[in-house]
Amino acid sequence: MKIELTPEQSKFREDARRFVDKEIVPFADESDANETLTDNVINKMKSSGYLGSMIPGEYGGMELDNVTLGILNEEVGRGCSSVRAILTVHGMVALGILKWGTDQQKKEYLGKMAKGEIIGAFALTEPNIGSDAKNVEATAVFSQGRYILNGKKKWITMGQIADIFLVFAQCEGKPTAFLVRKDTPGLSIKKTTGLLGMRASMIGELDMENCSVSKDCLVGSVGTGFSHVALTCLNFGRYTIACGCVGLAQACLEASSKYAKMRKQFGIPLSENQLIQKMITEMVVNIKAARLLCFHAGYLSDIGDPNSIIETWIAKYFSSTMLAKIVNDAVQIHGANGCIRGYGVERFLRDAKINEIIEGTTQIHEILIATNTLRSI
Amino acid sequence: MKVEGLEEKLRAFLAKFYKNHDLTNDEDIFALGFFNSLFAMQLIMTIEREFSITVTSKDLDPDNFRSINAIKSFIASKSA
Repeated sequence: MKIELTPEQSKFREDARRFVDKEIVPFADESDANETLTDNVINKMKSSGYLGSMIPGEYGGMELDNVTLGILNEEVGRGCSSVRAILTVHGMVALGILKWGTDQQKKEYLGKMAKGEIIGAFALTEPNIGSDAKNVEATAVFSQGRYILNGKKKWITMGQIADIFLVFAQCEGKPTAFLVRKDTPGLSIKKTTGLLGMRASMIGELDMENCSVSKDCLVGSVGTGFSHVALTCLNFGRYTIACGCVGLAQACLEASSKYAKMRKQFGIPLSENQLIQKMITEMVVNIKAARLLCFHAGYLSDIGDPNSIIETWIAKYFSSTMLAKIVNDAVQIHGANGCIRGYGVERFLRDAKINEIIEGTTQIHEILIATNTLRSI
Repeated sequence: MKVEGLEEKLRAFLAKFYKNHDLTNDEDIFALGFFNSLFAMQLIMTIEREFSITVTSKDLDPDNFRSINAIKSFIASKSA
């Protein structure tokens, strides 16, 4: 067993870190305050090629291996959780199309998605349906060669700027996936504001009223929307969130270490206080553990191991929950300065909480991990 | 492809879910109540990895995965 990054993966991290420090970190507080990503940040993400990081080279994407994808999401997550959210949902849609889309859908969308010419968003959650995702209430009825969609979708990340939505609806009473363009008649999109964290995730609420799409917009087959299409997408989503949590935890560690060395109380830097050192140590150890779980899940995905799904649950669960402790300690180390804008950690605290809810809550992951373990022992 | 090797690999995967049940080759997997989304995706990943084939949306007919014999026929048809 050999656990180390390849020279290419290490180089990729260096480049990504430089990009994030230059193009994302300086704008993260502004994005948070304004609840929007600036055009500049979005354009930099497009021109970097990172929006095509998960798309094969034949469509113009970077075709990164999953470990390198994890590094990218970690570095972007270190800079701004809202920017990382683009990589997550855009990638979820791209991979859903790549795995279950028709040749025509792949040809039509993947090249443009790789270049960032169109942005994808994942539309599963509804006002009444969160964790119980296979019981979505939106409907799709096949009529005269077209699917007619009705229903609402809520908390749709990047919904405000997406060009294409992967929408889940009940068709013949079974969960089914469809691609719906933003300009489809009958689709209206409302901006959601006032979020606790990841405030620049450009969340939107979709209202579909007799939204008519071609039969060619079906992804997978009728009834496989949740079991196959959504699970493929969610697996990627969970992995990128897990890696993003590692990045955000790393940002907490770096901010806390710098602050603890600079801030003096009782005539000595905070860093010389052993209770502060304990918090720093726990951060270091938990970040390393979470990163290894992420790399392991990524490696298993790369070799097509079926256990990669379960290992991704574990990585997401551990990374998001260890982050909750780390970000609380980061604010604690900063004291009153951690409770106001300007030091970063106040935003980190709010952003961190969202990761325990999206793409499967902490409790859903506890059920999944325990159920699978109890079945197999 | 050797059918014996194929069946062994399939049974090794299925045993994780059907631990205390002696599955016959024609038994309806879906009717036994173990089917869930994890099973569906892991079955596809196992087939893809072990038999070097790609399962696409055109293959998502439940009858392709209903029994050990059905899966064997499906793999044989994809490998042909």
